[in-house]
Amino acid sequence: MRWLCCLRLVVDSMRVEIVDGVIAGEEIVAAMKAGADGAVCVFDGIVRDNTRGRRTLHLDYEAYREMALEQMRGLAAEAVAKFGVRDVALVHRLGRLVVGETSVLVVVASAHRGAAFDACRWLIDTLKKTVPIWKKEQFVDGAVWADGEPFPEGIVVGGGERNG
Amino acid sequence: MRVLYFGVLKDAFGCENEELELIAGATVADLLRGFRGREIGREGFWDSIAVAVNREYATGGVGLKEGDEVALLPPVSGGLDEG
Repeated sequence: MRWLCCLRLVVDSMRVEIVDGVIAGEEIVAAMKAGADGAVCVFDGIVRDNTRGRRTLHLDYEAYREMALEQMRGLAAEAVAKFGVRDVALVHRLGRLVVGETSVLVVVASAHRGAAFDACRWLIDTLKKTVPIWKKEQFVDGAVWADGEPFPEGIVVGGGERNG
Repeated sequence: MRVLYFGVLKDAFGCENEELELIAGATVADLLRGFRGREIGREGFWDSIAVAVNREYATGGVGLKEGDEVALLPPVSGGLDEG
């Protein structure tokens, strides 16, 4: 119980958000730095101007908002426990984004760079596979929901027969 | 029981959610079996999805009850672009 309470405190103090407006990356990164840190690792995911050579006009992100936020909070807490980093910020934007805009920002603050890099990489890779957010790509010649990455084993229900 | 649709499913079904009648003892796998006849236009689509019950990922054996919030989740594509 005590451990659960501690975990709760850690999660509540971390900046985990789903926003509808511009992500203020520089402010978020600046606010993360503390005296105990030797490294802050930032992953800034931005909208590219094409997908496999097809020209992108904009992307529309939508989420199962409440669940996505809970999943992101869980990932932030897991990153702290797994890599021993001091603090994590995880911010995802929804709605229409144009080329060059930030869709997701991952910031990890840690005493040492190795853990910061590892946690940052793990966070974005895991978020992409497990957090319920989807994007529709609007090209010059049509729109399509992105295929998405396959769910990890244990999350996908699959044929239903297997697990059911 | 309310079932929520996201991404490609929302467009394919033309709505964000539907109220479905629950058969007593039905599981997540039973629910999915009921959807399999619906054509989404992507091969193997129904094998690729996840189901959330009350905002948590649920496996096929999880039982459903009246009042549950159930969501059908196509493979997610948040974050940045592919590859």
